Amino acid sequence: MAAASKATSFNSSTAHLGLNNHFRLKMSYYFTILSPTDTPLFNIAFGTSKGGGDGIARFRFPETAQYMNQFIIHSSLDILEEAQWTNGGMYLKHIDTYPPAAAYITAFLTPSGARFLLLHQPPHLPSSTSTGSGLGSSSLLGSAGSTTRASSSSIAANPTSPQTEEAVRQFMNEVYESYVKTAMNPFYRQGMEIKSPVFRSRVTAAGKKWL
Amino acid sequence: MAAPPRHATMLSISNGGTAQGTDRPQTQQAHQQVQTQSQSPGLRVPSNRKTIYDRHLNRSRNAELSRASFAFIFGEMVTYAQRRVTGIQDLEKRLNEQGYPLGLRLLDLLFYRSTSTSTSALTSSSSTSSSPPNRPLRIITLLHLIHGPLWRLLFGRAADALEHSVSPDTPNEYMITDNDPMVNTYISAPRDMSMLNCAAYVAGIIEGVCDGCGFETKVSAHNQPTDLWPSRTVFLVRFGSAVMEREKVLERAGVK
Repeated sequence: MAAASKATSFNSSTAHLGLNNHFRLKMSYYFTILSPTDTPLFNIAFGTSKGGGDGIARFRFPETAQYMNQFIIHSSLDILEEAQWTNGGMYLKHIDTYPPAAAYITAFLTPSGARFLLLHQPPHLPSSTSTGSGLGSSSLLGSAGSTTRASSSSIAANPTSPQTEEAVRQFMNEVYESYVKTAMNPFYRQGMEIKSPVFRSRVTAAGKKWL
Repeated sequence: MAAPPRHATMLSISNGGTAQGTDRPQTQQAHQQVQTQSQSPGLRVPSNRKTIYDRHLNRSRNAELSRASFAFIFGEMVTYAQRRVTGIQDLEKRLNEQGYPLGLRLLDLLFYRSTSTSTSALTSSSSTSSSPPNRPLRIITLLHLIHGPLWRLLFGRAADALEHSVSPDTPNEYMITDNDPMVNTYISAPRDMSMLNCAAYVAGIIEGVCDGCGFETKVSAHNQPTDLWPSRTVFLVRFGSAVMEREKVLERAGVK
């Protein structure tokens, strides 16, 4: 219920913010759950919702994003499996970067071996757009300019900053809770695809809340 | 009262629809109500909207299961496993396989419960009480996790002993002892099946926990009665060679 009403309010704000999205720093996210045997269990793509973001993913190369995101995430698995045995935490933080697409991979590992992988991709390189976005939003936003908050840009601008890692940690923990609930379902066996629309809406809500 | 059959028909109509994530309602049958349209296809949502995702996973204090009902359901499980088995080993294997998926689940639940509540059962056994518990990387940490927190989650007390094999030929063997396993409280095996130990089910749980953590293991339950403890059971944990190799590498790297 809450998610649905939020979605409509975001859609209405898209109407007048749509023009400015190219000038603002909005992160695009691709989140995957992989089983211990590397089977994809769950996928979702979404965008920043903080600071007036519309929550829609806009990847840099939209025509190839669908398979490139999966490729980039899966190619980070080797690094994950190395980090897995040196770091005993569940949240492994930022583990891999794929520079050609400016994609950053953050990993979370459940005790039973499921991997949560989050790819984040800023629309442009943070260094080149930090000034440009500021100019763009101040000159073009006009009345909608009040929605731009300094705090939101700090999360979006730098994928490896402590604020981002903390936000992703909160996101991962919330997804972990839903995942445990899924795993406790007697009709669910480990390695099965997670098809529940309620689970999907929970992940979407967590994304809206923290990212 | 009319709600459940309506849900059922809604399922059969909308099953052919698109996959999950369709949040805009499609223009379907005219007589469908708004309430049913807003739900996504393929899942039966309870009419009170309490899905498994709305319930909390923490056990409230003293909300314990009746031992009688557990004994009854476990007795049924043993009877079920005994159908068309060839021997005691086969029966124990089946019990083991029933326990295995439970071990995988318990692992996630155990960590969830110990992260969400600050006063956790996990921290009491480990020397450092850091708030988020770590995944076990070494064999000893894993065995302590089983011996302490897992046993407390299942049976309300820690296991009675944890030993390493003294024989130099089998450095990969560890033993967890339970003097009076709860699963065997109401079970007495017939004379011709005296080798049988129904705690093979618990062995399966242990195996699931070890496997989930990435430690390939074979676990078996053995009767080792003493005068004081007639149903004393030893769980023999045998780690695979790959685990032992990794253990050596981690030891050299100083990982704890």
